[in-house]
Amino acid sequence: MPHLQSIIHPAGIQAARVSHLWWVMFWICAVVWAAVAVTAMVAIARGRRGSSTATDAQMARSVTVAGGLSVAALLGLLFQSIVTGRALDTLRSPDALRIQVTGNQWWWDVQYEHAVPSRRVTTANEIHIPVGRAIRFDLLSTDVIHSLWIPSLQGKIDLVPGRLNELWLRADEPGIYRGQCAEYCGLQHAKMALVVVAEPPDDFERWLTANRAPASPPTTPEQQRGRDIFERGPCAMCHTIAGTSAGGRSAPDLTHLGSRSTIGAGTLPNTKGYLAGWIADPQHIKPGNRMPPTGLNGEELQAVLAYLETLK
Amino acid sequence: MSAGSPARALDVSMLPIHAFGHRSLMWWATMCMVAIEATAFALAITSYLYLKGRVPHWPVGAPTPRLLWGTVNVVILVVSAWPNLMARKAAERFDLSGVRLWMAVALVFALGFNIVRFLEFGQLQVRWDTNAYGSVTWFLLGLHTAHVLTDFLDSSVLTAVMFCGIVDANRFVDVSENAVYWNFVVLSWLPIYAVIYLAPRFV
Amino acid sequence: MTPAEAPRIVDNDPRLAPGGLDEERRRLEHTWRSPSGLIGWLSEVDHKAIGRRFIVTAFAFFVLAGLLAALMRIQLARPDNTFLNPDLYNQVFTMHGTTMMFLFAVPVVLAMGVYFVPLMVGARGIALPRLLAYSYWMFLFGGLFLYVMFLANVGPDNGWFSYPPLAGPEFGYGKRADVWAQLITFTEVSSLVVATCLICTILKMRTPGMSLNRMPLFVWAMLVVSFMVMFAMPAVMISSTCLILDRLMSTHFFNQAEGGDPLLWQHLFWFFGHPEVYIIFVPALGMMSEIIGTCSRRPVFGYLVMVLSMIATAFIGFGVWVHHMFATGLPQLGQSFFTAASIMIVVPTSLQIFGWIATVWTARRLAITVPFLYAASFFFVFVIGGLSGVMLASVPLDRQVHDTYFVVAHFHYVLIGGSTFPLLGAVVYWFPKMTGRMMGQWLGRLSFWLLFAGFNLTFFPMHLLGLYGMPRRVYTYPASMGWGSMNLLATIGAGVIFLSLLVFLVNVITSLRAGAVAESNPWGGSTLEWATSSPPPPYNFLPQPTVASREPLWHPELASPPVVGLESEKRQVLVTAVLDAEPDHRYKVPGPSLWPLATAMATTLMFIWSIFQAMGLVWGAIPTFVCLVGWFWPTRGKERLAASPPTRLTLRESLS
Repeated sequence: MPHLQSIIHPAGIQAARVSHLWWVMFWICAVVWAAVAVTAMVAIARGRRGSSTATDAQMARSVTVAGGLSVAALLGLLFQSIVTGRALDTLRSPDALRIQVTGNQWWWDVQYEHAVPSRRVTTANEIHIPVGRAIRFDLLSTDVIHSLWIPSLQGKIDLVPGRLNELWLRADEPGIYRGQCAEYCGLQHAKMALVVVAEPPDDFERWLTANRAPASPPTTPEQQRGRDIFERGPCAMCHTIAGTSAGGRSAPDLTHLGSRSTIGAGTLPNTKGYLAGWIADPQHIKPGNRMPPTGLNGEELQAVLAYLETLK
Repeated sequence: MSAGSPARALDVSMLPIHAFGHRSLMWWATMCMVAIEATAFALAITSYLYLKGRVPHWPVGAPTPRLLWGTVNVVILVVSAWPNLMARKAAERFDLSGVRLWMAVALVFALGFNIVRFLEFGQLQVRWDTNAYGSVTWFLLGLHTAHVLTDFLDSSVLTAVMFCGIVDANRFVDVSENAVYWNFVVLSWLPIYAVIYLAPRFV
Repeated sequence: MTPAEAPRIVDNDPRLAPGGLDEERRRLEHTWRSPSGLIGWLSEVDHKAIGRRFIVTAFAFFVLAGLLAALMRIQLARPDNTFLNPDLYNQVFTMHGTTMMFLFAVPVVLAMGVYFVPLMVGARGIALPRLLAYSYWMFLFGGLFLYVMFLANVGPDNGWFSYPPLAGPEFGYGKRADVWAQLITFTEVSSLVVATCLICTILKMRTPGMSLNRMPLFVWAMLVVSFMVMFAMPAVMISSTCLILDRLMSTHFFNQAEGGDPLLWQHLFWFFGHPEVYIIFVPALGMMSEIIGTCSRRPVFGYLVMVLSMIATAFIGFGVWVHHMFATGLPQLGQSFFTAASIMIVVPTSLQIFGWIATVWTARRLAITVPFLYAASFFFVFVIGGLSGVMLASVPLDRQVHDTYFVVAHFHYVLIGGSTFPLLGAVVYWFPKMTGRMMGQWLGRLSFWLLFAGFNLTFFPMHLLGLYGMPRRVYTYPASMGWGSMNLLATIGAGVIFLSLLVFLVNVITSLRAGAVAESNPWGGSTLEWATSSPPPPYNFLPQPTVASREPLWHPELASPPVVGLESEKRQVLVTAVLDAEPDHRYKVPGPSLWPLATAMATTLMFIWSIFQAMGLVWGAIPTFVCLVGWFWPTRGKERLAASPPTRLTLRESLS
């Protein structure tokens, strides 16, 4: 659907303001273009006949008028832009929900901030937000410059190493919105997407609480085996699953992997089949990304999948 | 425009075949180079001030550069403008022995400020790879050094030409224009000196 | 000068009689000839020969960059395509942008100036001809270096703008980013040198009578552009040097962990990068004026406004660079200034557009020639790009469309509509002068309409792709986004562009062989390049014309006496005063020499070595210094070459 990531199909107040600005600018520019095009064509027709009797003084007046109209149109556009800019600023509020997003090559680390450390929530590549509440994103980067962009909700801003940038937005309709990194960041810039789920505040609170909990313990022997492989094998070197001994910080937090709709930063749907393919050979799907082939045999892979399925 | 008839012509055969100063083509070429390099210096200085503005304390991780050799070089460079001026005046009089004398004197100064520049690097009290402060300080000094070095080299070659090459009117013009470049090297040192040595102390 | 030295008007000068002219023609052909043979070709210093080389080489790079674009479009024609892997795609889009910007767009417009400015100002040659030759070799060697490295899988892959930290020592693997940074050094040195030659020629070698307010508008454009080059290119020289230093010498200019700042790169790069696009654009404004004036058979309306507009565009162009950084999180107050400047810069160009439309409106029987078609398309194509640029100037809207295909659409509309279309028109317009043949009419019109259709088909859908959320610099996209059909359309359009350029090339080749022979002024132009044969002789004019109006060829009744008295036994040109072109002195320009090539080879060695070893800069400087001494040391051999070059040069003679 062309509206999954569309600037002109806004679902939040900020994007709506910009979309409105777009249409105002578009119509003014369309009229200006049409005027220039028509005048040029008339000029060519007149010029061919060589029949114009206009004096240079008359032409000077026409050019001055055209210049004046252009300046007026430009001032109109400038004014509209300033008005929109000011409006965008009004979303700031002290009781915004604060979410810290850190860009990495090629995934998004997401942390819901809280004064009490034990109440923070860490996830990756999927952001849930309550509808109707202002959200403030605090943006960082661990490596190169990325850019967080969720077109349905707000314009983009860069994640620059060494700087802290802010992004304010608000979703006004429940829905699932797609975002994508919008600053070239290397080999897999094309596949650094994210999913934003806007849901009613109660649903959001339920989600947040569920994600705050550590991973549910495995119940079957196969799941147990899967967790063992995860903790003792290469997975734990990079990934964290809260409640286990896997505490790697250089890859997405997988504690609640099962609750996410995509894997590989929006690259594939999160189903058992795709997950299997991803774990077996991530380089085939997203060549150059930082996850190496895990070298698990068929039985080990099934065990790990069984365990990961429990991480809802 | 054909010659047409009657065959009126603008006869320029009596015009001189050389000119000094802004009348000369090569003077404009020299000034273009000066403009380019001045822009480069201005941008390097701006980068220094930009990086300085991002931190509360400057210099970072190092003491301020020692003043001695940098200030000595201010003196040597400024004083070198005098034999440089004398060389230019001699050139404009077509005084070959005067040109030879004053260019040789100027070269002594040039050798001097190159040697002192080498000592200056040692007095910066920071390495280029320590941090951004070190990098941009070495960069500014290095940019000017490139000019100080090329000024010495090209003046040496020009002096050699005046001593043992074929000297015609245009060689005297070259000496005169070399003086323009020399003045640029001297003048450009002043703001760079101020930025490297004085800004960390007073600004 | 003393009264005895002053120029005089002479009546019935025998040097202008047919016998006198023939005699002078013989001598001038002898003095100004370009020696043949390989050594002669390598020692060339004639601005027309070098201009042709620049143009042909730049168009060769244009074709290469176009083929790279074709590869990109094939990859993007379908979602999840596997035609190019991500590493290759990233190299390809970087090479496309780098080639177009540094190896085609700027060199080709400067080259049109190199060929035509001396002719249009009535000079016998260009200022600093050997330096011009050096600039060509640096351009060629830089481009060859880039492509050799690309073929060796060491092509740059960080975009034409090469942002650190991605291009820095930690994330920019291998030598790719160093190759990019050094390519910059080659091309910037080349452009800076050409700009110097043009400024000296325009300010000091205009023929008597051509005061500044009688200069053709194309010459004004090249003067403005040359100044822009001088003030913009140092910024990218500085930044690319700092990048190489960060990567090779462990400096920390862009390393935030040690007090550097990745945004410092962006400021320095875009301080160059924005004027860069106006450097590409302003010469085309000059070409527009020439073509429209000639085809309308009247002087371009509003000469003063045209000149001031180009100057204003250049000035304001230096004050808008932050609009490339609106998404980086800079303070809002600063951003507003740049929005205002970015909107204001539209005004001078609008006035020029209205002036051209007024010229066409009041034309005396407009000639809708192929050059005119290209020029007229500006009103339709460039204006779209200009208006999308105004949209991008708005921070809120830019924050949505920045780094999307909307921007790709915008800059192709302004660069192709605003520069390439007029450039192709200028090529057709000036082809007869350069080659002595007219280009084919039918093929000319066909290639124009194919280009017009293909261009719009390729780039208009990209506006929509951007609005629908497709970011830039992505090697693929998912099928679920719904971007497939517009991408396919763009790819088909690219195919049409390819076809149109093929037709253009066929036209060039067949016209060179069998085109209608061109007289000296086939279009009825008013400027001095049309006052000499097609192609011009090596010494450009005999006799050197003077002018008494802006359109000398349209006012034979104002004929002013041509110049006589320049020596024809040596290469001598007339140097005049800056403001009103009063004759000042006669100046001997150098003859053919291999030193420019030798110095370029030494410089190339120095530049390439230094990206592998820091000391390469020092070792490589030694042969460079030696070559420079050889170049400038006065010898009798040099005097002989400036007076009477042999028909074939020996190696020894060329290195005198």
